[in-house]
Amino acid sequence: MFKEFSKGLIKENPVFVLALGLCPALGVTSKVVNALGMGAGVIFVLLGSNIFVALLKNFIPEKVRIPAYIVIIASFVTIVEMVMEAFIPSLYESLGVFVPLIVVNCVILGRAEAFANKNNVGTSILDALGMGIGFTLALVAIALVREILGAGTVTLIPVGSWDGIITIPGLSQSPARVFSLAAGALLVMGYLQALINWATTKKAGESK
Amino acid sequence: MTYVGIIITFVFINNFILAQFMGLCPFIGVSKNVESAVGMGFAVTFVMSIAALATWAIQNFILVPLNIEFLQTITFILMIAALVQFVEMFIQKSSPSLYKALGIYLPLITTNCAVLGIALIAVRSDYNALESFVAGISAGLGFLLAIVLMSAIREKLDSEWVPEPLKGTPIAFITGGLMALAFMAFDKALLNNLIG
Repeated sequence: MFKEFSKGLIKENPVFVLALGLCPALGVTSKVVNALGMGAGVIFVLLGSNIFVALLKNFIPEKVRIPAYIVIIASFVTIVEMVMEAFIPSLYESLGVFVPLIVVNCVILGRAEAFANKNNVGTSILDALGMGIGFTLALVAIALVREILGAGTVTLIPVGSWDGIITIPGLSQSPARVFSLAAGALLVMGYLQALINWATTKKAGESK
Repeated sequence: MTYVGIIITFVFINNFILAQFMGLCPFIGVSKNVESAVGMGFAVTFVMSIAALATWAIQNFILVPLNIEFLQTITFILMIAALVQFVEMFIQKSSPSLYKALGIYLPLITTNCAVLGIALIAVRSDYNALESFVAGISAGLGFLLAIVLMSAIREKLDSEWVPEPLKGTPIAFITGGLMALAFMAFDKALLNNLIG
């Protein structure tokens, strides 16, 4: 049971290992807070779509299942859009076009197709949580590297009088700005993936 | 913005892959050889141009008059899914070899963020019908340019030595990063110099 949850975290991490959901993984990760917001949105949509697909799997005709999944996913994305715009407009603003683009996040459609339509509701929920949290962890990891190197700060959720920004002395005066731009994002992604490859093959080699 | 401005913006300055992070899945997945990259690029360009036009019509003739803009995401994605289905059937009939080469990535155009992305960006920028269409084509051509360059580099890379952990997608990302660095030369100043 626990396996369904934990596999999404590292072994089948949607971003680093399965290479799914790459656009938001790079598009919103110039700030840690954006990565967290995007992660939360994806977890919600993934949970909703996995539950509904698992519930409806016997009623959806085989031929039109993909459009049916897309409609389910799009409905949940619309909810996220409306809630985010109403309650956290600043986050909605900075995520911009990437909020409606959650609908085309391949992680969500991928889990509906590869998991939820073959499994019951309980395991689908675990799968959604695992994959969603794995996705969020990956985004936060990328965002941490990019924001620390690219701006010398770590932006978290503001609480009370604290604005949520941790400034790293030394780096914030002369950051390597390229990391907050597209080029840096792709480079960070490549090196992080290589690091994970290296770590997993090393581990596999040791256990032999 | 003039039409030339839109073209330059979407092909070079705001290149969908190298500046806006859209359409990365096929960019990494289908860029292993030039032939399928070209096929994918044209299929995406075609879908994007029609999608931008069709979603403009939906937005202005259905969603706005009926005051149901909140259904934008759902209607746009359904429109795109239908379009992709049509393109898939067309390619299957007209070029079975291309169909085979594009494999599973053809239906995946639906979930290519670039297509929904251009539709949303065109609507948010208040483009008119022709501007939306031109933006769609240009963004598609930008995608084509990036994916073809990438596939040519990756064909060369195949015969080169690459450290073990970097093999496959990591080196592709790093290559993409270096390409994006080069594309940073195209910025707003270029636009100002060209068309004032």
